[in-house]
Amino acid sequence: MTTSTGGPAPTPAPGHEPIRAVPLRHPWRNVIGAVLIIAIAAIVWDAAVNRQAYDWPAVGKYLFDRRISEAAFVTLQLTVYSMVGAIVLGIILAVMRLSPNPILKSIAWVYIWIFRGTPVYVQLVFWGLLSTIYPTLDIGLPFLPPIAQLPTDQALNTFWIAVIGLALNEAAYMSEIVRAGILSVDRGQEEAATALGMGWGLTMRRIIIPQAMRIIIPPTGNEVISMLKTTSLVTAVPFTLDLYTRSRDISAETFNPIPLLIVASLWYLFVTSILMVGQYFLERRFARGLDRVDLTKGARLPQGDAPSVDSIANARGESEERR
Amino acid sequence: MTATVPMVRADRLMKKYGSNVVLQDISLEVRTGEVMCVIGPSGSGKSTFLRCINHLEKIDGGRLEVEGELVGYREKGGVLHELHPREAARQRRDIGMVFQRFNLFPHMTALENVTEAPVRVKRQPKDAAVERARTLLARVGLGDKLDSYPGHLSGGQQQRVAIARALAMEPKLMLFDEPTSALDPELVGEVLDVMKGLAADGMTMIVVTHEMGFAREVADSLVFMDQGHILERGAPRDVLATPEHERTRAFLSKVL
Ligand SMILES: Nc1ncnc2c1ncn2[C@@H]1O[C@H](COP(=O)(O)OP(=O)(O)OP(=O)(O)O)[C@@H](O)[C@H]1O
Ligand SMILES: [Mg+2]
Repeated sequence: MTTSTGGPAPTPAPGHEPIRAVPLRHPWRNVIGAVLIIAIAAIVWDAAVNRQAYDWPAVGKYLFDRRISEAAFVTLQLTVYSMVGAIVLGIILAVMRLSPNPILKSIAWVYIWIFRGTPVYVQLVFWGLLSTIYPTLDIGLPFLPPIAQLPTDQALNTFWIAVIGLALNEAAYMSEIVRAGILSVDRGQEEAATALGMGWGLTMRRIIIPQAMRIIIPPTGNEVISMLKTTSLVTAVPFTLDLYTRSRDISAETFNPIPLLIVASLWYLFVTSILMVGQYFLERRFARGLDRVDLTKGARLPQGDAPSVDSIANARGESEERR
Repeated sequence: MTATVPMVRADRLMKKYGSNVVLQDISLEVRTGEVMCVIGPSGSGKSTFLRCINHLEKIDGGRLEVEGELVGYREKGGVLHELHPREAARQRRDIGMVFQRFNLFPHMTALENVTEAPVRVKRQPKDAAVERARTLLARVGLGDKLDSYPGHLSGGQQQRVAIARALAMEPKLMLFDEPTSALDPELVGEVLDVMKGLAADGMTMIVVTHEMGFAREVADSLVFMDQGHILERGAPRDVLATPEHERTRAFLSKVL
């Protein structure tokens, strides 16, 4: 039994030549690859030279336009803030649903039922109308004069209404992902923690959730990227400084929508790429001790070792469904 | 006075799942410092009995006391009141448990597994807990595996970490539920050796096991359970050599 990992590979015993074989050839792979490359090159050449509507000079002009890059940053902020809110609330809801307390359980169930069962666009319009329904936000006890009173539209500008609206909706989906993650942790873990005298909350926080994170992170990465694109709906609030709404407003002035669509898409892709890098490092962090490869020694994360994303994606359905 | 209080006292203990009675009329005492081995066929209720002792399961009848204190309940004016989970957790702190499948925390190193409960539950200072964990891991022969994750340890090593983890809470009673059943034969000895050491140090232990050699050598008493009943109890040598019941004889002929 060897206990050390990553030691030097055993040198072949004398007399044992390393194998030198002719590698297997894949002729059809090469043919199909060549055909695809030619086809793609033709489309690109056609798009670059023949199709005036793409208006590539305009794409170049607007790609680094201040208004666009600022809007991309606003979109990133909307995504990050609403996801942070959604994850925190999602964990709370998941823990409530799994708690032994029937009241907490039902509250979480009803919350998920409502926020998953209505379109996010409708929810955003509703939160936008909040100041019409509740002109002031009162702080104090019911039936007593309020201690503090704030006009709603002053307390919350449209940016924060958009963040809250997105977060409340997303929390319903996140809670299902978190719940699936928690349920994936072996029952013996809770038992061992309980036997050590750890309470339910401590067990969740220190033992169950850290292990569930490994299952939770990949579908959460999906959710973050999905959220990045869902932010294009905040015009319902109405909030107009996000990437898509901004680029559409610009193209409404220039009567040239196509290049701005391309510009917006390139920015969405760029931000998605940044988020994917973040996900990679998070997955590494929570794979500690749970992988065969020892990450503490700077080893590489094994490819394709992520837990099944599909099984959890089923819990929330198609990502486009809620539009 | 207190010297005569047994570590564990069960009096006509009964436990059922739904209508399925899995423990019936269990009455026994385990003295402080005693090592009791429990044997019996699969499904006879051995695990359930251990789980009742640290209140992982609620009992449905009879009484169960650890050091004279009711497990899971408080008695007031002849009426039993269920304990708050926090108080039940406090009772469990003093009872260590070792599982068949180890149940180490896979996201923590061996050292972190051992320090977790003392730091978070007993609120020991981190340094002191680490110092004590080092001592305990050295005692179970794993002084060089402090920073290994459970996934990189053999079964025998994992089970020894699990024993150290339980000992870190300084329990007055240790429960072992088939601690060697999931191990390759050549790894059984290293775990049994640790347990023998514990017994020699005077730890009170209840051990569910099929290792008859261990029972004969270490146990002060041996209990044979069958279908939720205690069929036989006595000195290991007597029970193993001259069992009173036909069922005990049949069982022993299979495992010996
Ligand atoms: N959570 C549960 N719900 C319902 N029945 C249970 C539960 N746990 C155990 N049982 C039943 O209780 C009986 C006793 O189980 P227990 O695990 O205590 O047996 P055991 O003697 O430890 O067996 P083994 O040697 O297989 O571990 C069995 O019939 C089992 O099916
Ligand atoms: Mg059992």
